[in-house]
Amino acid sequence: MAAELHVALVAADREVWSGEATLVVARTTSGDIGVMPGHQPLLGVLESGPVTIRTSEGGTVVAAVHGGFISFADNKLSLLAEIAELSDEIDVQRAERALERAKSEADASAERRADVRLRAAAAR
Amino acid sequence: MGAQLRVYKRRIRSVTATKKITKAMEMIAASRVVKAQRKVAASTPYAQELTRAVTAVGTGSNTRHPLTTEAENPTRAAVLLLTSDRGLAGAFNSNAIKAAEQLTERLEREGKQVDTYIVGRRGVAHYNFRERKVAESFTGFTDEPSYADAKKVAAPLIEAIEKETADGGVDELHIVYTEFVSMMTQTAVGARLLPLRLDEVAKETSTKGEILPLYDFEPSAEDVLDALLPRYVESRIYNALLQSAASKHAATRRAMKSATDNAGELINTLSRLANAARQAEITQEISEIVGGASALADATAGSDN
Repeated sequence: MAAELHVALVAADREVWSGEATLVVARTTSGDIGVMPGHQPLLGVLESGPVTIRTSEGGTVVAAVHGGFISFADNKLSLLAEIAELSDEIDVQRAERALERAKSEADASAERRADVRLRAAAAR
Repeated sequence: MGAQLRVYKRRIRSVTATKKITKAMEMIAASRVVKAQRKVAASTPYAQELTRAVTAVGTGSNTRHPLTTEAENPTRAAVLLLTSDRGLAGAFNSNAIKAAEQLTERLEREGKQVDTYIVGRRGVAHYNFRERKVAESFTGFTDEPSYADAKKVAAPLIEAIEKETADGGVDELHIVYTEFVSMMTQTAVGARLLPLRLDEVAKETSTKGEILPLYDFEPSAEDVLDALLPRYVESRIYNALLQSAASKHAATRRAMKSATDNAGELINTLSRLANAARQAEITQEISEIVGGASALADATAGSDN
């Protein structure tokens, strides 16, 4: 059996995704980080960005995560985010509209959020 | 129909209408309690993981942070009071307000100046009527609070605690909310949110004897703690808001249930009175007829002679 780690992606008001995975790639404030089973215990601050989870069935789950934490210990990985959306939950048109609006209003953080959503949606 | 009877009938009709309304409100509140409880449950995983992480950083590193260290001589404190926007919930709001007042009094006895922050129109109205100073107030979302609302409430509080006390910041943050114990029991509690008592947080979360792993912090323990603690405060406030909402709906349900019961009792009493009035009316009519007939009989018997 290939080594696995248990992943729980939780947003403030719900559990977004949980299951077994072989690799998780997330963006921390100091750069992208990949976590595989048996990684050393880790606690990091996440940037808003896409998170890629390679499930043990060989599939890939992509989620847009806006701010939060990654914590890993005992082969259990938790991704805590204030807002998290799976790529197939993202409404691309709405995100595009949000991106345009953010650009016209020069709202950098909103622009970044919309951009992250679009990139996560494109990766599915 | 006699005047008395008509009055009773009218009152029965109006009480019946009231009873229908309170019954409907009771059922709405009952369904909302369930929804609110579900939201509390849905927010638990995040809160748990966050608390675990805070404990891990707090105990796993020797970092000192303004949000975890107690001021040597605390002089100012903030109290956040959670009430509801609407009443009709029995003693729900007055209990929370009373708890906040007791806490404020205690803090003032300890020589601290208290800033009050209020959520919910009821609490705001209470303080405004007594012309007490309110640092900031938030209304309009107490029935179904979202995480964004919690962030909005938490922002000025975090700002106040990070500011130096001399510049109008605070040393301590207390929160008063109504804990949802069960459908029948909700208690107003006051708790100190900040500075954090790490040993207590640890007691709350970790199962007995669990040893937390030695974490590798990314980018550094200070930065993680910096980012973590505001989120922790927000999540605690979010949890308190949700519990308050659930408690409020449970209190409404109970209040409306007793209102419905009372209306039913009133209808019973009134229909008994109405029945008695109808009987009295019939008896009187019969005696009038009998009296009239016998008077007539007496008169004709007299005229024969």
